[in-house]
Amino acid sequence: VASILHDAGTAAAAILAAVMLNARYAPIGISVASSFEGPAWRRLLESQLVVDESWAVALKRRGGFDLKVMLGAGALLYASWNVGTWVGLAIGDAIGDANRLGLDAAFPALFLALLIPQLTSRRKLATALLGGGIALVLIPFTPAGIPIVAASAACLVGWGEPR
Amino acid sequence: VSAVWLTVVVVGAATIAFKATGPVLLGRGRELPGWLSGPVSHLAPAVLAALVVTQAVAGHRSIVFDARLEGLAAGAVAVVLRAPLLVVVIAAAATAALVRLV
Repeated sequence: VASILHDAGTAAAAILAAVMLNARYAPIGISVASSFEGPAWRRLLESQLVVDESWAVALKRRGGFDLKVMLGAGALLYASWNVGTWVGLAIGDAIGDANRLGLDAAFPALFLALLIPQLTSRRKLATALLGGGIALVLIPFTPAGIPIVAASAACLVGWGEPR
Repeated sequence: VSAVWLTVVVVGAATIAFKATGPVLLGRGRELPGWLSGPVSHLAPAVLAALVVTQAVAGHRSIVFDARLEGLAAGAVAVVLRAPLLVVVIAAAATAALVRLV
């Protein structure tokens, strides 16, 4: 019984951690919701191709969102993810730590490159600084994912601004 | 059902729901109600900035300064020089790799 309880506790902790990690997809989905068209089932299916990277590369410079770019990038990422997983299983030991290749530095640079064209007004610059600041402050104190969800509250800087 | 499968199913269902919330409830090309459009149009810079920060310095419940920062700085320089996205990403990765090598 103790081991079952222990397993259940571990599973609950793992579930909670992963759900918090992915909670950021709620604000991310809301940010581009109006670009999804067609019936609800199609919007539901297409929304599943949203990941951080496919969402970010599909953001247009002056605001707005290119749904086709997101779908293409999302499908490509999904395929590469699966291929990468199998390759990693097969020859991962030979590659060793992928961060040796600097892959972990590629992601913040990608998001920075996509953030800068978004900063088309003082309000948006203030929003980005506040969002980044919220995330930075929370990182040591909250589980992964929560800093990003909390940072989305910085969008309130845009309150009262006409589109 | 094993704990692993339970975890996969619950997390999968929650993630599907998170992703679908906006597009299903607010989608269909409709204009958002006026009071929402300001904040929603500011979500992207807020979340992107948080992604930059977490990807650059987050460790396990800690802030870690490592070669990612040099990589990010190199990427920032590439952005300022108006380099294409792929060049920005490669500059960042190559710089971080170089810093770790020496």
